Amino acid sequence: MSLSVSFLLRPLPFHSSLRTRFHGFLSTSSSAVLLAALLCGLFLSGCKKKDSAGNSNEIVIGEFAALTGATASFGQSAHNGVRMAIDEANANGGVLGKKLRLVTEDDQSKAGEAATVVRRMISREKPVAIIGEVASSRSLEAAPICQQNKIPMISPASTNPKVTQTGDYIFRVCFIDPFQGAVLAKFMLQRGWTKAAILTDVKQDYAVGLTDFFQDYFTKNGGTIVSEQSYSSGDKDFKAQLTSIRGTNPQAVLVAGYYNEAGLIASQARELEIKAPLLGGDGWDSPSLVEVAGEAMEGNFFSNHFSSEDKSPAVQNFLAKYKAKYLLDPDAMGALAYDATMLLLDAIKRAGTTESAALRDAIASTTGFPAVTGNITIDASRNASKAAVILQIQDGKFRFVETVAP
Amino acid sequence: MKPNIAHIALAAGLVASFVLNAIAPQLDDYAVNILVLAGINIILAVSLNLVNGHTGQFSLGHAGFMAAGAYTSSIITLSLSPVLSASPVWQGHVAFFGALLVGGLFAALCGFLVGVPSLRLRGDYLAIVTLGFGEIIRVVIQNTEALGGARGLEGIPPYTNLLWTFGIATVAIYVVASLVNSTYGRGFIAVRDDEIAAEAMGINTTKYKVTAFVIGAFFAGLAGGLYAHFISYIAPEGFNFLKSVDVVVMVILGGMGSTPGVAAAAVLLTLLNELLRDFEQYRMIVFALLLIVLMIIRPQGLLGNFQRRKRKPAQP
Repeated sequence: MSLSVSFLLRPLPFHSSLRTRFHGFLSTSSSAVLLAALLCGLFLSGCKKKDSAGNSNEIVIGEFAALTGATASFGQSAHNGVRMAIDEANANGGVLGKKLRLVTEDDQSKAGEAATVVRRMISREKPVAIIGEVASSRSLEAAPICQQNKIPMISPASTNPKVTQTGDYIFRVCFIDPFQGAVLAKFMLQRGWTKAAILTDVKQDYAVGLTDFFQDYFTKNGGTIVSEQSYSSGDKDFKAQLTSIRGTNPQAVLVAGYYNEAGLIASQARELEIKAPLLGGDGWDSPSLVEVAGEAMEGNFFSNHFSSEDKSPAVQNFLAKYKAKYLLDPDAMGALAYDATMLLLDAIKRAGTTESAALRDAIASTTGFPAVTGNITIDASRNASKAAVILQIQDGKFRFVETVAP
Repeated sequence: MKPNIAHIALAAGLVASFVLNAIAPQLDDYAVNILVLAGINIILAVSLNLVNGHTGQFSLGHAGFMAAGAYTSSIITLSLSPVLSASPVWQGHVAFFGALLVGGLFAALCGFLVGVPSLRLRGDYLAIVTLGFGEIIRVVIQNTEALGGARGLEGIPPYTNLLWTFGIATVAIYVVASLVNSTYGRGFIAVRDDEIAAEAMGINTTKYKVTAFVIGAFFAGLAGGLYAHFISYIAPEGFNFLKSVDVVVMVILGGMGSTPGVAAAAVLLTLLNELLRDFEQYRMIVFALLLIVLMIIRPQGLLGNFQRRKRKPAQP
């Protein structure tokens, strides 16, 4: 009992007769009930059901993000993106002649909090729409609540396909995992590479989905898969799979998985003198990708949502504004959150009202909306159909190569 | 049987749950949300208090049992949902109750399996074992495709309401309070106060510890089921070590071994978390400061000595 917790473990001195214990029970039940009632009463007196109060000269936009906790860096970036879009719109005179008011709630990156803050926001602030979370898990908590209250929710970066399946009020502005598979296949075919090998992390749904859709698009459009190999997250040795891939002589190898293994795979492929480039999805987007593999990563490609090197005016304009406002380089989350908000404001303008069904229909009918992360069209399942960018690793940096439209 | 105060309190609690449920439509969603979370926290805190407070064992694995109950009951209601969605609402609630019970029993079974080998350990060692167990449950779920893996289970039918939550909270308080105040329950306190003396008096200390552990796990499983059917979505990350710590904080703040104390602390901490939202990013600092101040003012917990009339220890 020498650890710091030991003070908690030591039994408390305790003397009592049976009689006082039963006496104690009286107070146990009654005081528990009393205290609970008292506390609840105190609290509830402050939150009776209110009628839709609010100022008719403003439009309230809700946002919940992980401003603190484990994924705070994503949440902060997303919040910056949303705030920038709102401030910009207000500087240009607002929307429908009304000022916008942003209500932000922090869900602390914690399970259960998202549901609470969204209920709080809906009950108290009556937002016309809500910008959702980056993390799929927390968007999934909030989605049924938004759906039930008929408040459109747009998630900037939740890639889990189930998020938008919750109902017809839930949208997203990022592409989902299966789409990237098709993008990578298209990118290969455009380069005239028709022989591909695949190495999949079978432990990750993300990777399995990526492979399936890659294969589907690739073989339907004239490509052939010469070798199909698999591994599991956490593996360290890939030589057996890579040797077998080398034998089939592919023009490129799809490594469907996350950056940790991708780095090791790249260095071992280099050792085995595989000359074909490796391809990956946005799971590669991490500085550690190059740290692990170093030189061996050079020349490989991966798909992503956005590149700060994209020379298109939309991207460069966004970069300049973001830097001026926050003195930081934006990441994909900031860009996606900005896009989600801009798309929402555009939909409010097109709907001409903030009435929920009309707004939902306006968001659903978005076509070719010019966003930072590519032109967004909302498809029938309320996902964004838009271009992805292909990045290449050059001198340890992620260089923009091209944009691939769906 | 002559009704005693405990039965009256039980009946009063159940009636109060009915009343609360009846007025729920008058309240806004946020208020209902807080009440449900408070109720779930009461169940968690009161059940952990049986282990940590009354029996004096230090468990850090409560979130693991909560996860076991949450996943078991969710799998049941999800697999029944095609049938239930077409049948009347009351049938759904009956099935929900059954699923909750199965979830609780499964959590209790987990508690038994963990408890039997590990409750021979004491103090810090037990804390580590239960901590490890909680993590194992979480990682197993994370790697089980049928349970949704790391992506979680979504679309769980939202059956949890104030009646279920406070009904079960009342029953949990009743069971724990009655148990501890029964003849059998003396054994828990004996184990806490002096394990060696208790053993010398012929108490099977391991049996008492396992019993407390299993009952605690059962109620944690029920709380998990209520939580899952309230939020409609569960993921393994939601049942991590920090969740267990949250419950431990409620128990310590309320006063180890004081059922009304920990129930009050559960409600207090739930409300505090909400009332401090206006502080935005300083919220957790204020929250932590309040905890520190409270623990300095009342190291024995809010109601730690409330029900104990200490006799003067006999002078040697």
